Amino acid sequence: MKNCEYQQIDPRALGTSNTRTSTTLPCGRKNSQRLRRKWEVFPGNNRFYCDGRVMMGRQCGVLPLTIGLIFITSGLFFTFDCPFLVDRLTVFIPVIGGVLFVFVIMTLLQTSFTDPGILPRALPDEAVDIERQIDNSGSASYRPPPRTKEILINDQVVKLKYCFTCKMFRPPRTSHCSMCDNCVERFDHHCPWVGNCVGKRNYRFFYAFIVSLSFLTSFIFGCVITHLTLRSQGVNGIIQAIQDSPASVAELVICFFSIWSILGLSGFHTYLVASNLTTNEDIKGSWSSKRGEESGNPYTYNNIFTNCCVVLCGPIPPSLIDRRGFLPPDDAPQTVTSDTELPPFMSKNDANMCTQGTKELLQSMALSTVIQSTCTPGTPKTAPVTQESLLRTVSITVSPPNRPPSTGCSGHQAQRPIDVSCSQKGNKRSAHHTHKPMLRVSSPPYSLSHSPLILSDGPDMGFIPLN
Amino acid sequence: MATEFHNLQELRHSASLANKVFIQRDYTDGTVCKFQTKFPSELDSRIERTLFEDTVKTLNNYYAEAEKIGGQSYLEGCLACLTVYLIFLCIETRYEKVLKKISRYIQEQNEKVYAPRGLLITDPIERGMRVIEISVYEDRGSSGSSSGSSTTSSSGR
Repeated sequence: MKNCEYQQIDPRALGTSNTRTSTTLPCGRKNSQRLRRKWEVFPGNNRFYCDGRVMMGRQCGVLPLTIGLIFITSGLFFTFDCPFLVDRLTVFIPVIGGVLFVFVIMTLLQTSFTDPGILPRALPDEAVDIERQIDNSGSASYRPPPRTKEILINDQVVKLKYCFTCKMFRPPRTSHCSMCDNCVERFDHHCPWVGNCVGKRNYRFFYAFIVSLSFLTSFIFGCVITHLTLRSQGVNGIIQAIQDSPASVAELVICFFSIWSILGLSGFHTYLVASNLTTNEDIKGSWSSKRGEESGNPYTYNNIFTNCCVVLCGPIPPSLIDRRGFLPPDDAPQTVTSDTELPPFMSKNDANMCTQGTKELLQSMALSTVIQSTCTPGTPKTAPVTQESLLRTVSITVSPPNRPPSTGCSGHQAQRPIDVSCSQKGNKRSAHHTHKPMLRVSSPPYSLSHSPLILSDGPDMGFIPLN
Repeated sequence: MATEFHNLQELRHSASLANKVFIQRDYTDGTVCKFQTKFPSELDSRIERTLFEDTVKTLNNYYAEAEKIGGQSYLEGCLACLTVYLIFLCIETRYEKVLKKISRYIQEQNEKVYAPRGLLITDPIERGMRVIEISVYEDRGSSGSSSGSSTTSSSGR
C-alpha cells in the first residue's frame, strides 16, 4: 500500500469470535480438551438443545401452556366426542382432526425451534472499521453521533440504524429483539406463546401454525356443537347431554375463547402477508400514515398473489449463526460480546451498549497486548514498548479511570480475563471515547510497527483457513 | 518480491496479517444479498480494479440466483409445506446448493487471483452475510523493511 492508513494490526489483538477464522489469543491458555461448539458461546439470550440442533428463546414464555392447551383440548375431543360422532356421522371426523392436530403441533415446534434469522454479531475488526467510518468527524463530544444511515430502496428513503449490541448497521427490516438480545432479520415480533422470535426464517411456520390452529379450533368447536346437539335431540335435552359429556363443555369454553383471538390473528397476518409487511412495521406505521397508501412500502410487489408467494414460498436462507460449528481450541471463550456470565454483572440493555463498546475496543487494541506481555514471557522485549505506546495512545482519548482496567484485566486473566473484568469496569464515558482511539492509534505507527513482527513469531498465526 | 505469494501455503507460512478491508452490503435493491462493487482505496495498489469488480459481481449473481423467486422456489416451498417442512431433513435447499457453489468459487478465486497478490477473501457466510472481508497480508519473509511502512510491500505490482 502506498500510504499505510492502518498500522500493522497484530492478528491476536483483533480478538476472536465465534467463527472459523482463528486469530488466537496471546495467552495460549489451554482450554478443556473437548472442542466446544459455537452455540456454547453464543452471546444472545437463547437456549440450545440436542447439541445445538434445536434452539429457542431464553424465556419459554407460555409455550408449555400452548402445547398443553392444544394437547388437552384435542385429547378430550378424540376421547369423548369422536366415538359418538363416528357412530352417528362419519369416520372422517377423527381423521381430519388428527391431520389438523399433527399439522398444528409440527408447525408449532418448527416455529419454536427454528432460528428466526438471527444475525451474528459483528467481529471486533468489523466493528472497528464501521466505527472509523462513522466517526470521521473525530469531534470530541460526550455523546456519540447519531448512528443512522439513509439508503434508497426502490426510490424510497429507508433509515438504517446502528445496533450498539451487535455493533453493526442493521440491514433493512431487521430489528433487535430485547428479549432474545439478537438482531433478527425481517423481524416480525417476539411471540411468547411460541417462545421464540418470529422472523425471516420461521415466519411461514408461524403463519402455517396459526392458520392450522384456527382450522383446528373451528373444527373442534363445530364438532362439539354438533355432538351436543345430536345428543340433546336423542335423549332428554341439553342438560342431560351436558351431564353425559362434561368434557365437551370444557372444550367448548376453550375453543370459544381461542377462536376469537386465533382467527383474528390469522386474519391480521393474512393481511400482512398479502401486503408484504411485518408486524413491527405495521405497528410502527413505517410506511402507511405519512405516505397515505401502502405504496409507501418499498418491499411490496404490488400484487397480492406475488406477495403471498414470496413471503410463504420464497427460499429459506440458511441459519447464519452456525450453531454446531466447532470453535478453534485456543480462543473459545473470547467471543466478542457477553456470554451468559455477564448478566450478573450488568443489566442487559444500556449496559450492553456502553460496556461492550469499552470492552471490545479496549480489549482489541490495548489490553490483549498487555495480557500477552504478561502471559508469554518469551516475548517480553518488544512487548513493553507496544504496551506503553498503545496505552499512551489509548489514554489520549480514554479517560484516566480506564487505565486500571488494563491491569485489572491482566490480573484477572486466569478466568475469562477480558469479558468479565472489563465489563465490571466499563462506564459510559469510556464507551464514548472508545470511538476515538481508532483514529488516534494510527498516529504513532513506528513504535507499533515492529511489534507485530516479533509477536507474530508466536505459536499461531491465526491464518484464515480456507474452505 | 515482497508479496509474490505463489500459493496459499506460502501465504500462510510467510505472511502476517496487515489489514482487513470490509466490503459492505448494498441495499438499494431491497433486502436481497448484494455487495457494493465500489473499489476500496486500500486495495488500490494490490489488485486490479476489474478483477475485484468481477469477483464481487459474480458473487452478487450467485446470491441473486440463490434468492431468485420463481417456479423452482415455489415448488420447493409448496412441497415443503405439504410435508410439514420435514422434506428439509432429506434434501438440500437450493439456497444451500448455491452457497456451496459460492464457497468453491471463493476458494478458486483465492488460489488463482488473490493469494498471489497477498490477499484472502473470507466467505461472507462466515461473517453472517454482512460483509466480504478481504485480509491483506504483508510478507513476513522480507521482515524489518517491509513490515514497518508497507511501502515496500506491493509497490506497483
